[in-house]
Amino acid sequence: MVDENRIVLRVKNLKKYFGLHVGMFKFTGEQIYVKAVDGITFDLHEGEIVGLVGESGCGKTTTGRLLTRLEDPSDGSVVFEGKDIAKLSGKNLKWYRRNVQMIFQDPYESLNPRFTVQKTVMEPLIIHGIGKTYDDKIEMVIKSLEDAGLRPAEEYMSRFPHELSGGQRQRVAIARALVLRPQFIVADEPVSMLDVSIRAGVMNLMLELRNKYKIPYIFITHDIAVARYMSDKIAVMYLGKIVEYGETEEIVFNHLHPYTRALISAVPVPDPEHKHGRVEIKGEIPSPINLPPGCRFWPRCPYAQKGLCDKKEPPLKEVSPGHLVACHFAERFMEEGDQGEKTVEV
Amino acid sequence: MTNLLTVRNLSVHYKIQTGWVYAVDDVNIELEKGETMGLVGESGCGKTTTGYGITQLLADNAYVKKTSKVVFDGKDLIKVGTFPSKKYPDYRKIDEFNDEMRKYRWDRISMIFQGAMNAFNPVYKVGDQIIEAILAHEDATPQDARKRVEELYKLVGIPPDRIDNYPHEYSGGMKQRAMIAMSLALNPDLIIADEPTTALDVVTQDRILGEMVKLQERENVAMILITHDVSVVAEMAKKMAVMYAGHLVEKGTAKEIFKETSHPYTEALLKAFPSIKGEKKRLRSIPGSPPDLSNPPKGCRFAPRCPYAKDICLEKEPPTIEISPGHITKCHFGEELYGDLSGGE
Repeated sequence: MVDENRIVLRVKNLKKYFGLHVGMFKFTGEQIYVKAVDGITFDLHEGEIVGLVGESGCGKTTTGRLLTRLEDPSDGSVVFEGKDIAKLSGKNLKWYRRNVQMIFQDPYESLNPRFTVQKTVMEPLIIHGIGKTYDDKIEMVIKSLEDAGLRPAEEYMSRFPHELSGGQRQRVAIARALVLRPQFIVADEPVSMLDVSIRAGVMNLMLELRNKYKIPYIFITHDIAVARYMSDKIAVMYLGKIVEYGETEEIVFNHLHPYTRALISAVPVPDPEHKHGRVEIKGEIPSPINLPPGCRFWPRCPYAQKGLCDKKEPPLKEVSPGHLVACHFAERFMEEGDQGEKTVEV
Repeated sequence: MTNLLTVRNLSVHYKIQTGWVYAVDDVNIELEKGETMGLVGESGCGKTTTGYGITQLLADNAYVKKTSKVVFDGKDLIKVGTFPSKKYPDYRKIDEFNDEMRKYRWDRISMIFQGAMNAFNPVYKVGDQIIEAILAHEDATPQDARKRVEELYKLVGIPPDRIDNYPHEYSGGMKQRAMIAMSLALNPDLIIADEPTTALDVVTQDRILGEMVKLQERENVAMILITHDVSVVAEMAKKMAVMYAGHLVEKGTAKEIFKETSHPYTEALLKAFPSIKGEKKRLRSIPGSPPDLSNPPKGCRFAPRCPYAKDICLEKEPPTIEISPGHITKCHFGEELYGDLSGGE
């Protein structure tokens, strides 16, 4: 499914700093920044699903918004079909937006309550001037709705969002994204608001569409079990940086970064006989305004070494083919092997 | 050992303009002292109404069926907190301001509400709100109450100097901890925790669940854990009950429900969950959507979505059968399917 030779999107050193003008800083003139995304780099291949995983506040949503140009990057580049999207404007930006679509978290808010399903799905076609006649457009809308699992489409087209269930609304949102035949889709927590029984259906639908149209996704989620089900590769983010990146199963079973380990050990397992060793990490995610020096994770890390981790920021380096880790001790963890034994029970 | 809580035939129905919503029907639950029971199901299945029905913290239009019993520590709380409805002879109406019931609430049975983010009053200091709860129920001096809050804060892992902060100065996890501290303030016998960690990040969730287990063991408090997440129940609870469309469809130990699943809905629910362990399996969604509870299907409420449904399922409501001691299923074919359903594994 994944075509490693065709890179759809090349993200390089992408940054987004939000300037703050609050309280006394307003008077001193000193500029304070929230470093929401601070230098992330990865490639998205054709037909590939990359899962962005992390706690709230780690910058995963901002990354998604940067890739769709809903935010302007502060630095770095996102190259799509040879063009840096940060520099696009006017017509070119519209061209880009035709090729990238987004699916949002809350289908109760992302659909216009006064638009029928037909109008919602047809609007992108009108904006981009696709389809010569009205009938052409209707045909595309029907095709898209049926692709999204709303069959027969005619039955849904005249309905308003309040007449649909949560799962159906999210399918309408998917149909709206698909109707333009985008080159890639950014899905921001698309299933976290849905009920369990419906969630599986929407996830399977998204996988089917990927297989059918080879559309790559950026799949943003806080739930690593969902990310494992959906994605080919996982990027674990912490405070605006990717701390670990690699093939999904590699990340799930052979992760090396202490943060990934903590994140995975915290996921509850649907098996009453499973006993998990908790990897305790201290405190809470620090504010992205006052970032700790050195490795961003060291104040919470059980392995942190004074003088190294709090001074020098670890680069994201490749430890085995395709597996990147940003930790000073990644090689040591790899040599020592079994991660389970070293978990600290607190 | 006698049960701390015995719920018998609890039925809570809501009166709406066009008729009734049969939110909870004939729910039976038993809970011993210090025990944890997970109550799982999709949204709208009646799990929250069941939990709130125990303390009768229900909306104005809620009516409890006459035959319902909620025996807590030897006393039928339905008799205490409701009175026979004049308008609907089969039902009892909630007596909102019943003083005797109020003594049970928080004193003996406390609650952790869904979305602690909004459960605190934003214009009062968090500590003051807990102190208020203590003072409302006990003859303590404000100084003693404050001291108690400090101890509780240490217990749940919030620095005591945060007592005088307002809710907006707390992070989501801290609010949730403060909520837990509040639920423990009066040494209750039973905590009803309604989705206590749903809005939290996994790392915070894991830590709070771990703390809850520790506290519960230490204080020997029983808990009803209401959640949609079966994996949280698998980690937290020994007992488990699965609800669907107002009915309790399966009940037993967590192990029985996961490993010896005997209701098709439970099987479907377990199969819809992705796991981080073991092999990657294709998830199965449940076709269709839950029934409209103002007009529930005649037979089994799950029948329209059930892959094993036969004619009888659409006609007759299934009986409750005991498959093995304590393991109960509400399915016509419970015994036949027992052992064949694959459950979580």
